[in-house]
Amino acid sequence: MADKASPPFFLLDYAQRFFAVLGGISLLAWQTITGCFHRRFAFRELLYQVESIGNRSILIAVLTAIFSGMVMTVQFAVQMSRFGVKEYVSSVVSLSLVRELGPALTALMVGGRIGAGIAAELGSMRVTEQIDAIRAMGADPVRKLVVPRVLAATLVLPLLTILADVLGILGAMVAAHINSDVGMTLFLQSVLHSVSIEDFLHGLIKTVFFGFLLGVIACYKGLATSGGTAGVGRATTETVVITSLVTLGADFVLTNLLLGFGL
Amino acid sequence: MNPDESFVEFQKVRHAFGENQLYEDLSLSVRRGETMTILGGSGSGKSVMLKLLIGLLRPDAGSIRFDGQELVTLSEQALLPVRRRISMLFQGGALFDSLTVGENVAYPINEHLRLSLAETKERVEAKLALVGLPGIAQQWPAQLSGGMRKRVAIARAIAADPDVLLYDEPTTGLDPISARRINELIMSIQRELHVTSLVVTHDMASAFMISDRMAMLSERRILTPLSCEDFRQSQEPAIYDFVTAMSLDLSARSHSQSPVRPGEEGPKK
Repeated sequence: MADKASPPFFLLDYAQRFFAVLGGISLLAWQTITGCFHRRFAFRELLYQVESIGNRSILIAVLTAIFSGMVMTVQFAVQMSRFGVKEYVSSVVSLSLVRELGPALTALMVGGRIGAGIAAELGSMRVTEQIDAIRAMGADPVRKLVVPRVLAATLVLPLLTILADVLGILGAMVAAHINSDVGMTLFLQSVLHSVSIEDFLHGLIKTVFFGFLLGVIACYKGLATSGGTAGVGRATTETVVITSLVTLGADFVLTNLLLGFGL
Repeated sequence: MNPDESFVEFQKVRHAFGENQLYEDLSLSVRRGETMTILGGSGSGKSVMLKLLIGLLRPDAGSIRFDGQELVTLSEQALLPVRRRISMLFQGGALFDSLTVGENVAYPINEHLRLSLAETKERVEAKLALVGLPGIAQQWPAQLSGGMRKRVAIARAIAADPDVLLYDEPTTGLDPISARRINELIMSIQRELHVTSLVVTHDMASAFMISDRMAMLSERRILTPLSCEDFRQSQEPAIYDFVTAMSLDLSARSHSQSPVRPGEEGPKK
């Protein structure tokens, strides 16, 4: 008889756990979507969450975008001049920001912050039996806790990305002006000429999915917490790792899909 | 109605966590209006019984009935009216940190009863007064002591006027004075609200003070419930060992520390 730690059993066990988590997250995602249409929608809690996870993430989103815009401009200015196409720097940087870096970096930075916060809060509620208390008092934890958080993340991430796109481009403009002495008006004209509304939508649509996914995953990890305060720490770090990887993976898939739709 | 008729009944309940078989053939019958205490060692699964009754967990087999209704087969939705009638006090209180004391107590009222804002506020104040904490509705749970948190949790548990109250280790982690106050509160709630109570504890002093009957959870089943006096005198090995360990503990402490003062029931209190 084979040992339980031998490769086939180990892999089977691993696969079983993976699909259990995947099933759990999918089920929670479905319950969240149906929970949005419940007659007793927790609107006040949604506003509180939007304020809590949105407002307080502005600084990190803005700073990330400004510095990414600036550093990309500096890099591209040097590298593209080697090929004699330096005049395209503004177009390349703004397109990269609006289509890819704005959404992805905002999702990674803000997502880490929001995801860790949600997982830690719900995890603490789980280990102190507050989730059980909600159920015992006849309420639904998904409707009370998960729906407002996931919805807030889904709404907030696109808004923060718009801010990140704009400020990232402004950062790039300033860096171009300081480093390469490019006129700010000329830079902006070039940006407006090369970035279309489709490019902008391409990035924005992706963030809606990023927000939903990271919200659901963080809530799932929080609600599935076990093992006391150590478990809360574990759930929080795992959430940051998983949401980051899922964001990057989803980015690749969504980019291909949206390009397929002509966006 | 026959007073001996069971109001809450566990029948041949079996439950396991993974490979750990918690109950095998567990049965218990609780009468309307009585306070039944379930005693047992740590990890024997006392709290799980309460969670099974309120539907937070589902047993692997067996039947759990409340007021004649089978609970095991009910969906989460169908359990809602049951959760209006059965209320639970969690071990750590499980107060919501993000809500004020008043909002905590109002939670079950908002879930179960359709009251106006003024009526809700009035009821919250009345329940807080009943547990001896009037006028603290605006405070946050983090500002309260352990004993006060427990009392707020009790106020929340009785807010929607339940028929059955489940207490999970109500005195654990409290200093003796606070523990005694909680015991007195449980008794006064019993007197005033005429609820049926199921208390899970390993605090013998508390159990003798508040119980009508006591039941021992041992070897994955419940031994026949006994009155406090019969429980104290029982020769059943599991019960005898439990009571003796407690008495030895008490007498050792009364020898090594301050003697029991007249009027006190023991140093544990």
